[in-house]
Amino acid sequence: MSARVGYIAWNTFREAVRDRVLYNLIFFALLMVGASLLFGQISIGISKIVLVNLGLTAISLFGVIIAIFIGIVLVSKEIEKKTLYTILSRPVRRWEFIVGKFGGLTWTLVVNTTCMALGFFAALLALTHSFVRADVYLLIAIYFIVLQFVVVTAIALLFSSFSSPVLSAVFALALFVIGTFSEDLRGFAAMSQGGTRVLATAVAYIVPNFGSLNVISQVAHEMPISSQLVLYNTAYSLLYAAAAIAGAVLIFERRNLK
Amino acid sequence: MAAIEITGLTKTYTVGFWRKRPKCALKPLTLTVEDGEIFGYLGPNGAGKTTTLKLLMGLIFPSGGGARILGKPMDDPSIKAQIGFLPEQPYFYDYLTAAELLTYYAQLSGVSARERRTRVDDVLHRVGLTDSRRTQLRKLSKGMLQRVGIAQAILHDPKVVFLDEPMSGLDPIGRREVRDLIATLKEEGKTVFFSTHILSDAEALCDRVAVLNKGELRVIGSVGELTSRAQGRVEVIYQGIRAAALDRLVIESHSTGETTRIIVAQDSLDAAIEAIRRANAKLLSVNPVRSTLEDYFVEKIADPVEAVP
Repeated sequence: MSARVGYIAWNTFREAVRDRVLYNLIFFALLMVGASLLFGQISIGISKIVLVNLGLTAISLFGVIIAIFIGIVLVSKEIEKKTLYTILSRPVRRWEFIVGKFGGLTWTLVVNTTCMALGFFAALLALTHSFVRADVYLLIAIYFIVLQFVVVTAIALLFSSFSSPVLSAVFALALFVIGTFSEDLRGFAAMSQGGTRVLATAVAYIVPNFGSLNVISQVAHEMPISSQLVLYNTAYSLLYAAAAIAGAVLIFERRNLK
Repeated sequence: MAAIEITGLTKTYTVGFWRKRPKCALKPLTLTVEDGEIFGYLGPNGAGKTTTLKLLMGLIFPSGGGARILGKPMDDPSIKAQIGFLPEQPYFYDYLTAAELLTYYAQLSGVSARERRTRVDDVLHRVGLTDSRRTQLRKLSKGMLQRVGIAQAILHDPKVVFLDEPMSGLDPIGRREVRDLIATLKEEGKTVFFSTHILSDAEALCDRVAVLNKGELRVIGSVGELTSRAQGRVEVIYQGIRAAALDRLVIESHSTGETTRIIVAQDSLDAAIEAIRRANAKLLSVNPVRSTLEDYFVEKIADPVEAVP
């Protein structure tokens, strides 16, 4: 991996960090975590479950919003504003630009998630006054949320490499929603017959399986997460993201920057 | 060795949504720019100047032909470290300061960590932006951004510099400074290929120019060649009574009091002077009419037939 990928990633991170919209989103996410603490306190006996459910969902939701809305303009904004012209006229290959952009946004999301997770654990500590052994699974749930961001970022970047920002947002959001319900899609395929079964099965396998990355309910009930699932989700997410990035590179390599 | 060799470079786009049809943005272009030359690429808006530069920079892909820069194919990534490019109306990451932006570009251009700071300071000084090094680009004026654009194009000490409308958005002082800077680049042995529609700039700077119109190369040559080729007329100023014999020779005439200014063809000069002497008028001056590049440009653009062989 060339040093140029790192420079582009660092600049992408710097751009996101200096964007005020990002801070608004983080603020709202932390507000949601704070609100879940309030909801938890008024939910007798299930306060921790409510806090974990609402808190982690807020982190996931706001992270996905950031991933999609920054991801879809990562490439198109550079073309529209012609900033890309002064990048690609240097010894920078097009794949380095795409991978660097992806790396930068992923790093931004990791840092954001870390900030939001710190807020979440502070809220949890305020509610429970101490951590228990099962809280380790909360870290795994947050790790899965980060994996989800990696996949969403790669998908947003893929759409951004050939489509307008609005269409990219629609496609990426649609894929996120379908992917969240991919288990239901598989269930529907199993019950269907003929062409519908083939089509539903194909779609269920093509869309990202965000369902398996969502273990929020399980960890809220202090249920353990198997190491096998951690390995499976890691490999699946990284391969899916790599395929999406490879697609983005293939499209972008052939694109005329008018 | 030629710095830039363009051979049959062509670009055709497909336009239309339902009924797709080809639109030729650049007809087969062949030209050579010598090492150390300042080469002006002229043409009205939409002539194909920016298309040519985008093709050379690898931002769009040619439909035919190709080019070699410093002896290497234009799509060879290694060549990019030796060229600098200023796009038309450049826009930069406005959340960065001028120094941050240039440092980022220096990193991408492969300038070593040791040299980066010196190069950035040096280039900011050259474009007169030392005091603005810590100012975010969103706070800079259009003219200052153009200077940042020029700074990023020469930052890594390239051998060939491509400038797309470098004087655009600059005030007269800024234009003069950029002109001086381009002249300095030539003194340093760099090749400068710049597109412009400000003909006085091309006339003042360029060793050679090419005129492009509607995607087609119309003419190429030195400014002197083109402007002397254009006319061949002489301005004669005399004082006294107008000689009747002059009437058939004069192309243009203007009198103020007793002084008359006439324009005659070079071939008719002797006859005109003879006629003035015979009329006992006083000959004040004889000067060749130097046509400007603008005259030539307008003539070439208006002429729909003649093209470079």
